[in-house]
Amino acid sequence: MALSFEDKTLIEILDENCRIDLNKYVDSVRSPQSGAVATFAGTTRDTFDGKVVVELRYEAYVPMAVRRLKSICSSARSTWNLDSIAVAHRLGPVPVGDSSVFVAVSAVHRSDALDACKYIIDELKASVPIWKKEVYENGEVWKENCEFLERMGPSPSPSPSKGCCRSKVRVAEIDGPDHMESPEAETLDKGQNGKSVVDVARK
Amino acid sequence: MLLPPLISQTERHQIVGIRVFFAMDGVNREANNREKIDETEIDSKSSVEIRVLFFARARDLTGVADMPLEVPTGSTTQDCMEKIFSQFPSLKDIGGCIVLALNEEYVVDSAIVRNRDELAIIPPISGG
Repeated sequence: MALSFEDKTLIEILDENCRIDLNKYVDSVRSPQSGAVATFAGTTRDTFDGKVVVELRYEAYVPMAVRRLKSICSSARSTWNLDSIAVAHRLGPVPVGDSSVFVAVSAVHRSDALDACKYIIDELKASVPIWKKEVYENGEVWKENCEFLERMGPSPSPSPSKGCCRSKVRVAEIDGPDHMESPEAETLDKGQNGKSVVDVARK
Repeated sequence: MLLPPLISQTERHQIVGIRVFFAMDGVNREANNREKIDETEIDSKSSVEIRVLFFARARDLTGVADMPLEVPTGSTTQDCMEKIFSQFPSLKDIGGCIVLALNEEYVVDSAIVRNRDELAIIPPISGG
């Protein structure tokens, strides 16, 4: 049973209020020949920089996001020996504790699956046109992935506003002005953001 | 405006295959467009009309999600951005860190826009 590349790569950008069914994607990549399934689930956490996060809201340039993800999966396949890949990203409001993104990769051996899984989520954060607004009790802010900013490199055009970090934060000053004064702290997500990694490997 | 190497090193190895895939997409899109608009009429015009998309913070700053933009034939994406900046000065707040996508692919500033192209203003992304 030889499935084509398309059949073995599942990419889904989910509409608002559609929770990511993690089991569905894990099952979609399972196969008798795969000894490993590596997964990554990105989950909204309840605080950022001491502020209470109410929810995250995602939006995407959907056709381009799908196109980029296909390209990323294709290059992952050229680098590692993989069986199936599934990538799902949720849009709209995502309550704290829910998964916003999920990657599942199957391979004969775990090192291929694990390395490819990390590559795919790293590339997603660096180049797939999806945006998240973090909503606090007293304001909101568009987040910026450090993976994207690093890949852009130093700005070739001198900008008086030092990139886009300034005047980005719209948080009411109920905790004093220090939040407004340190946009960098808001900006660099460090890619952690309460993510958890689950590795389901079987012999 | 920046020219980010948004295609990773690993992807670069495959760029020939990817380009083919994208190019075929472009052909299909053009074929669709021809059904809607007379190509010969466009060629004789001195200007082209593109569609501009604003996402996330760019949309918040401009107050619009998308709009048509008419520019002289032969204009580049950079030319388009100058026109957009003059129309929406507030967008300059993030001018140093936005990147552009032309027909769903990241582009350099020198790309020439064609009639019915789709130019997307991409502020720093934050997926995941």
